[in-house]
Amino acid sequence: MFVRRATSSEATGDENDEAPDQQMTMTSRPSGHVPGAGTTAAAEVEHARSRMLRDQKPRGRTRIGADVVCEALLRQGADVLFGYPGGVILPLYDVFGDYPDLRHVLVRHEQGAAHAADGFARATGHVGVCLGTSGPGATNLVTGLATAQLDSVPVVAITGNVPAALIGKDAFQEIDITGITLPMTKHNYLVRDADELPRVLAEAFHIARTGRPGPVHVDITKDALQQETQAPHPTDGEVSAGLPGFKPTFDGHPRQLKMAAQQIDRAERPVILAGHGILVADAVDELRAFAEKAQIPVAWTLLGVGAIDERHPLAYGFMGMHGWKHVNRAIQSADLLIALGMRFDDRVTGKVSTYAPGAKIVHVDIDPGEIGKNVAVEVPIVGDVGRVIAALRPLVAQRRAEERRAYFDELAAWRRESEASSWHGSGAWRDGLLSADYVVNRLGELTGHEATLVADVGQHQMWLARYAGFRRPNSHLSSGGLGTMGFAVPAAMGAALGRPDHETWAVCGDGGFQMTLQELATLVQDRIPVKIALMDNKKLGMIRQWQEIIYGGNYHSAQMFGPDYLKLCEAYGIPAFKASTPDEVDPAIEAARAVDGPAFVWFEIAEAQNVFPMMPAGKGLSDLIEKWGGADE
Amino acid sequence: MSNQNLSPTPASDPPPRHVPGSGEARRHVLVAVVNNRPGVLNRVSSLMRARQFNIESLAVGHTERPDVSRMTITVRGDDVAVEQVSKQLYRLIDVLKVQDVTGERRIEHELALIKVRATASTRSEIVKIVELYRGRIVDLGADSAIVEATGTEDEIDALVALVGGFGIKEMVRTGIVVMLRGSAAVEVEGLAEAKTEEVS
Ligand SMILES: Cc1ncc(C[n+]2csc(CCOP(=O)(O)OP(=O)(O)O)c2C)c(N)n1
Ligand SMILES: [Mg+2]
Repeated sequence: MFVRRATSSEATGDENDEAPDQQMTMTSRPSGHVPGAGTTAAAEVEHARSRMLRDQKPRGRTRIGADVVCEALLRQGADVLFGYPGGVILPLYDVFGDYPDLRHVLVRHEQGAAHAADGFARATGHVGVCLGTSGPGATNLVTGLATAQLDSVPVVAITGNVPAALIGKDAFQEIDITGITLPMTKHNYLVRDADELPRVLAEAFHIARTGRPGPVHVDITKDALQQETQAPHPTDGEVSAGLPGFKPTFDGHPRQLKMAAQQIDRAERPVILAGHGILVADAVDELRAFAEKAQIPVAWTLLGVGAIDERHPLAYGFMGMHGWKHVNRAIQSADLLIALGMRFDDRVTGKVSTYAPGAKIVHVDIDPGEIGKNVAVEVPIVGDVGRVIAALRPLVAQRRAEERRAYFDELAAWRRESEASSWHGSGAWRDGLLSADYVVNRLGELTGHEATLVADVGQHQMWLARYAGFRRPNSHLSSGGLGTMGFAVPAAMGAALGRPDHETWAVCGDGGFQMTLQELATLVQDRIPVKIALMDNKKLGMIRQWQEIIYGGNYHSAQMFGPDYLKLCEAYGIPAFKASTPDEVDPAIEAARAVDGPAFVWFEIAEAQNVFPMMPAGKGLSDLIEKWGGADE
Repeated sequence: MSNQNLSPTPASDPPPRHVPGSGEARRHVLVAVVNNRPGVLNRVSSLMRARQFNIESLAVGHTERPDVSRMTITVRGDDVAVEQVSKQLYRLIDVLKVQDVTGERRIEHELALIKVRATASTRSEIVKIVELYRGRIVDLGADSAIVEATGTEDEIDALVALVGGFGIKEMVRTGIVVMLRGSAAVEVEGLAEAKTEEVS
């Protein structure tokens, strides 16, 4: 599974002779995004874990609910968790010492724990885990859970609650937290009896990662954590049998597949809309093979960035509100949209009534609730997007690029035109400062397009998605659905611990960075090698842009003071570099990369640069604004 | 926009894309079979509220299995919007089955208790009307009577209109429950086996 943890409390020495390949017998974990099998490092970790799972730890005390939690985490392979202690969750912290293979990362704010678990899950494909105490600890997790919910990220959040007898009495730090998380989780539980913990935790992990992933919250009373229990952990079969209402459909219906193939064979201007589902389902290879066979250009959503290598001849570009004009144009003139694991968010469609007016739609999603929700579709297919495209590929006719020559030439012309009117050639300078698109482009180049780049929310998020050049699946992490400022640094923390084999950068705006910058201390204390690129326009840039274009230049509250970030980092003991001119950009990035541990680069970027094109809210995909007051991007 | 003419889409504006839920609204009756666990009703009603589905009535009680409850929900909306209701309900882990029975042959009844003003002089007239509508008097006070009626919403509406003339002091209706006629049933796959096991 995880290739290797960055600064783990290394799995301890004495190896025994069990073969690493027997280790999946305890509990079946899907492979996730990590090419686990095969690498020695992965085998090592698996080996250590399985040994640990089989050895009953001599506790010298009875097994209590808190032990069940630790055992369950280990059984699920969740060996990194992010949390913050408090009164009612202390029984759990009291036993952590007995489980040296569980690595608990102490964050500085529970929001950071939830985003870190989320980033871990996005980067690895495995369930991320966060912990908090009752009351304020739990409410602090909420933004992170909502973020994971809207982006379908598998997270298990565990909170303590007051002893069962005090529930409903407005006890100290008691809040109806399951009432709060109910609408923003895939499922949630309140556990008052330790005997139920093995089942509930196994269900929580199963639900979080199966079908359309999502966050699951498990609230456990303090007395349940302390209660003695002998309840055994359920088998996978028992878990499924106990959830008769949870049976996701994985394979597309043959009749629907046939209908889709007919539409695809008939289409002259088809476009694939690749969404997050492609990455979640690990269907990048299937997507490419399918697109190549039928010769269909691929557009992607914000969360679909990385679904196809941007250099691929069929990779057409990023769609939607701040997508490329040529991509939106292709969608608007398409006769068939093949939507794969995406959900026609309003940022993607704009006004639905004018969306892709000439197109029929084939919509593949594992969640039937997404189909027909935002747009009416001609061919719905419910299923795992990877399995569906794999089943669809043999049914569609093999095409050669020449057969689509006229269409492809037109798309190429549109692309040249739209790229020319955008950043290409606009240079590195803008208003005597750095041009933001130049900076993210250099970041992509210098990290070899291999690093995991985690976006915060705002203009820089859009520039990153547009200009960094993504090639690898899950190398771009972004809070799309909720658009949560403050996401990047803690999410990068989780991503870095999940995929220590990849360099990890948090790309932040000055606004968002100041929302969760307390996690700098976590990076230092836990030696998590996250690099931070601060895109400092001294503004809430996206707010400023909207105020300029939509609110007549009434810039209330867009200007934002920030500290001297070099001094800030110095205070934390984090090496920091500053770049204000184009020739400082590359050296600053390289200097940060050379640091063994966290590092920071402060980019002073233009203060009034806009993200173009822009589809104003309430307008359609054909109503893109490309310039304002004479200035393009 | 110089390349616009290259596009094969017709010069005249195409018709607007259909927006789901914008069709003609009508009353739908849904049956949801759910786990009988604490909080399930809250999950269902919270989802309906959050997604702005308009519940007209919701009746819930357990089935022949104490661990399984059955909800009868009436909602207004176009067919697509109501299909969304059931799809969204399926997202809930505790929901085992949702069926729109609007087009099915079914018994659809609710129960009402109506406390009407009843003086010595009006009493016998009330009793006559109530009998005619197959209701019954379940309580008689000095100046009031409680009428219990079961039937379709229309039947109860009619009875309410008639006794309304005497003066209604209080009324409560349960909302409808439904059952398919004949051998058809709202069945949950996989749950049936457990059922027979239990019987044998
Ligand atoms: C928690 C939260 N609060 C408010 C917003 C609204 N919002 C979206 S972008 C933005 C400005 C972000 O500014 P900054 O982080 O500096 O990024 P920039 O746009 O300047 O690149 C704001 C306030 C949000 N997305 N999230
Ligand atoms: Mg900013």
